Amino acid sequence: MAIASAAMPEIVIRGVRRRSSPLPGFGLSLGITILWLSLIVLIPLSAVFVKSVSDGPATFWATAFSPRALAAYRLSFGAAALAAAVNCVFGLLVAWVLVRYRFAGRRLLGALIDLPFALPTAVAGIALTALYADTGVIGRILVPAGLPIAYQPAGVVMALTFIGLPFVVRTVEPVLAEVSSEMEEAALTLGASRLQTFSRVILPTIAPALATGFALAFARGAGEYGSVIFIAGNMPFKSEIAPLLIVTQLEEYNYAGAAAIACVMLLISFAVLFLLNILQRWQERRIA
Amino acid sequence: MTATGLREPPLVKVLLIAGAVGYVALMLLLPLGAVLAEAFKKGWQLWLAAVTQPDARASIKLTLLVAAISVPLNTIFGVAAAWAIAKFDFPGKTALIALIELPFSVSPVVSGLVFVLLFGAQGWFGPWLQDHDIRIIFALPGLVLATLFVTFPFVARQLIPLMSAQGRADEEAALTLGASGWQTFWRVTLPNIRFGLLYGVLLCNARAMGEFGAVSVVSGHIRGETNTMPLQVEALYNDYDFVAAFAVASLLTLLAILTLALKSALEWRHRDQLSARH
Repeated sequence: MAIASAAMPEIVIRGVRRRSSPLPGFGLSLGITILWLSLIVLIPLSAVFVKSVSDGPATFWATAFSPRALAAYRLSFGAAALAAAVNCVFGLLVAWVLVRYRFAGRRLLGALIDLPFALPTAVAGIALTALYADTGVIGRILVPAGLPIAYQPAGVVMALTFIGLPFVVRTVEPVLAEVSSEMEEAALTLGASRLQTFSRVILPTIAPALATGFALAFARGAGEYGSVIFIAGNMPFKSEIAPLLIVTQLEEYNYAGAAAIACVMLLISFAVLFLLNILQRWQERRIA
Repeated sequence: MTATGLREPPLVKVLLIAGAVGYVALMLLLPLGAVLAEAFKKGWQLWLAAVTQPDARASIKLTLLVAAISVPLNTIFGVAAAWAIAKFDFPGKTALIALIELPFSVSPVVSGLVFVLLFGAQGWFGPWLQDHDIRIIFALPGLVLATLFVTFPFVARQLIPLMSAQGRADEEAALTLGASGWQTFWRVTLPNIRFGLLYGVLLCNARAMGEFGAVSVVSGHIRGETNTMPLQVEALYNDYDFVAAFAVASLLTLLAILTLALKSALEWRHRDQLSARH
């Protein structure tokens, strides 16, 4: 209790609690929250930024933006964007079917969507590799056809497509369910075809949700490691993702180099997060 | 919704359903089946031998231990954070929520790296820890810290919208009737949020047991000692011991299926008590 109250400025505890809520425990609960947040997240994360410049800005620049690192960012962020785009198309299809139609197995389909959240990434990685390698069920068809996926950059996109699907489905689903039938009826009365109603009325309404789903899948994909490393091939400049480059730097005991690359990745993630906040506000305005 | 113009033609509807089901079967169901097929390819005796082998047993124990430490800690944090954020008004609330969700947008590898930078041999506290013979990196504390980081937001994120929607009228009534603060929490708040809490803990636990990237960085990969189950899967896979790798992976797959089943059951039966939507 003493630690908890000490962590909180006195003014906040006195001023706010008394004014707006008669409930007890504000100081204790906020104290635990801020203490735990600082210890587990904020202080450790700040170490990345401090460590990344510990060898001077020139070294930071040379490591963070070396040709090998640039190739890794391009692959991580490029594959994440591509996979998120694929998921926007199929995620919308799955969400549409789940919300609009009633059919046998709908609940099972709905439950399955969250598999990528529940399945450990390493398991997903070896499973996808088993399927897409030249001896696998799908690889046996694709490799002779000249479309190898495993051990190629395409494998990275495949793994990130697996990981990202639930983000789009779960963001679009509730918004799609709230599209009012009156709007669709109005469009029909005014002579719009079903396809026109979809593209001019429904799609604009769910666009913010779709964009949010894209951003969430993109952010997750860019940092993804476990599901990717098994299927990627991990060749520098070709199929090496940025998180793997961090691991490589660490194995060479180059802490500052690892921190420099992590720093770039964090800054990009934070930028995406910021964008996401703006998107969510846009979405809330649309619904209201 | 009776006008035919408001519905897609039956053929389009069937095609859309077939497309969605086909895509999910190809992308999600097939990998799931692949794990089980590979695990039992050489018969269940080999599967049993692989999952009861000493290193595999040690990895199962370690995974359970790491989850048993980190999930309760993040649950306590999640309840405390939700209590502060949902039941009180204070400046900076939105920023605090954003900070709590921060670990979701950090790469798992970076989540492990931060603790290496702090406690590794060349980290800030590295030399001091070495002098005092305390091991954090390449040992249990490092695994727990990395797991705490990646599972940090799960419980809090589930409870904050739920408790905000429930408001504080119930608690205020209990306090007026003479209940103490803790009595109010245990007898009024906790029963109100129990399904949401269970849901959050379930997801937190699934991530804690399945985390790979973050623990991979801090583990040191010592077999039988610091390899959790996902790390053991990687080690066996890299040895080309595919049957054993998929056997351990199949246990994690069963955990995932169990998590999904419980999660779906909660969603179907207690939807109104899980989310803030009414």
